[in-house]
Amino acid sequence: MTTIAASTAAPPRARKLVGAGRRQWIGLIYVAPAVALVMVFFVIPLGMTAWMSLHNWPLMGEHAFIGLDNYWAILRDTRFWNALKFTGYYTVIVTIAIFAVAFPLAIFIEKPRPLTNLYRTFFFMPAVVGFASASLLWSWLLNVDSGLFSPAAYDLGLIDRKFNLLATFQPAFWSIIAMVVWKVAGFTMIILMTGLQSIPQDLQEAAVIDGAGPFARFRAITLPLMRRTLALALILSVAGSILAFDQFYIILRGGPRNQTLTAVYWIFNQSFVSFKLGYGAALSMVLLVILVALSLIQLWLLRKPEGLD
Amino acid sequence: MAQAISARGKFAARLARHSTGIIASVLFVAPIVWTALSAFKPAAEARLPPLPPWPTTGFSLENYATLNSFGDGLWASAQNSIYVSVMTVLLSVIVSVLAGYGFSRFRFPFKDLFFVLILSTIMIPFQSILTPIFLVLTKLGLHNTLTGLVGVYVTLQLPFSIFMMRNAFDAVPREIEEAARMDGAGNATMLLKVMLPLVWPGVVTIALFAFLGAWNEFLAALVLMTAQSKFTLPVMMTALQSGRFGAIDWGAVQAGVTVMMVPCLILFLALQRFYIRGLMAGAVK
Repeated sequence: MTTIAASTAAPPRARKLVGAGRRQWIGLIYVAPAVALVMVFFVIPLGMTAWMSLHNWPLMGEHAFIGLDNYWAILRDTRFWNALKFTGYYTVIVTIAIFAVAFPLAIFIEKPRPLTNLYRTFFFMPAVVGFASASLLWSWLLNVDSGLFSPAAYDLGLIDRKFNLLATFQPAFWSIIAMVVWKVAGFTMIILMTGLQSIPQDLQEAAVIDGAGPFARFRAITLPLMRRTLALALILSVAGSILAFDQFYIILRGGPRNQTLTAVYWIFNQSFVSFKLGYGAALSMVLLVILVALSLIQLWLLRKPEGLD
Repeated sequence: MAQAISARGKFAARLARHSTGIIASVLFVAPIVWTALSAFKPAAEARLPPLPPWPTTGFSLENYATLNSFGDGLWASAQNSIYVSVMTVLLSVIVSVLAGYGFSRFRFPFKDLFFVLILSTIMIPFQSILTPIFLVLTKLGLHNTLTGLVGVYVTLQLPFSIFMMRNAFDAVPREIEEAARMDGAGNATMLLKVMLPLVWPGVVTIALFAFLGAWNEFLAALVLMTAQSKFTLPVMMTALQSGRFGAIDWGAVQAGVTVMMVPCLILFLALQRFYIRGLMAGAVK
């Protein structure tokens, strides 16, 4: 790359870089690798997803054009709708749980005080560990025989026989929620902290002088001024949760009784276990539309406040 | 008197604050420490519930040794993971620095179109285009190769890291380049000798995110790497934890999870400043 750039470089001139001419075209060479990668691994696959969704496309053998049949089949695919419903349910619950933990933590570490940086580092550590590592770790902690929670509760006399947390829906679901909150809360905390820190201090002080209590200040100053940060943290949490896969695959394998299959998990099963690639592509298109719609809502929520820029 | 009361009040507040801080810190760090300590138990002890978490019947590396005996072994998957992560870091840094410089300093046809195209890929979940990526890799002869996986991971990093680098280059005053031009610096010298040192913090940030992204990614590796010799650590460990190699050896799981977590934690602790910077840059945009 650099050799091409160097050989076409114009002789040194004292003129401004912005001057028109051949030199500006070199920019195209600089961005070419990035554009090529995005084309090969994003734009073409995206087009192919749309194209494949109109086909009956097995892994081996010929594929056949079947129009919108895959989409009609989705309408009747109750297991997909159940997966989507479960994904929605999980997204709402986990987002509330993450915020309930992350917001107090953000307030706790917002002001620079002794040891605050240390606490912040500790709270954040699970966030840099991958979802797969965290899921493997918790699948051990949650194991009925060799794990931590059930044997510890048994040893402490809280339960009279070991209880398998992963055998029925409710305890399994809440175990996942606990694991995700543990893993993600620190991340959301940092995002919320940047929002808290951007609120001018004198605004809070003026409100104190005017006699506003802490709750009134939180509602009238903190929340409105944090709108964009809150929206960002919310969208990141919602988008991440809708695409959840690792924890449900690794800890629960979609069980108990397929009750925790998420949308991505169902697409994975259709595409790479049943090898119905065309149908999987159609399902992907549905997921894609949902997420793009979400991104557009995000852009709207994150718009600059009117009159300010 | 009043002073004594307020001093006592301050002390109580401080005590409450630090107890909260310590309890919360323990809750967040405990699972990590628990695993790392349990991994040092002898295999027979590692099968029992981890109470207490530290080895009671002697320190042992047995679990790590066992781990290396499954399939192609821990070391083989660790090597795959290291290769994929390091290559992802190198390539995404090279590609993003070039593109960031191009978008920041040159005017060329389709510039805005390309920039918006790259950034907008962040809206599309890659989970929904995995099947075609699989087919594209097959067409390119990169099916089941770590190189193919690197290509996918680099592309996933591009929207964030090009945005980051463009902003970093934008922040460098043009006078610096003009002065260097007058001294006769060509394009390559300009980028490598003059500009790169000035945007170095941005480079560290995108390298860190690229490493963590590639090291921890699971779904694409699971789908695209079907040969066991190409498994990265998360895929290998999940195969082991699912009982694919016989009865589940929880001691080996603890050891494997420790190997997966430790590089991320070390890098984060060493480069925390850059990590937070990256998050802020993303959050403030």
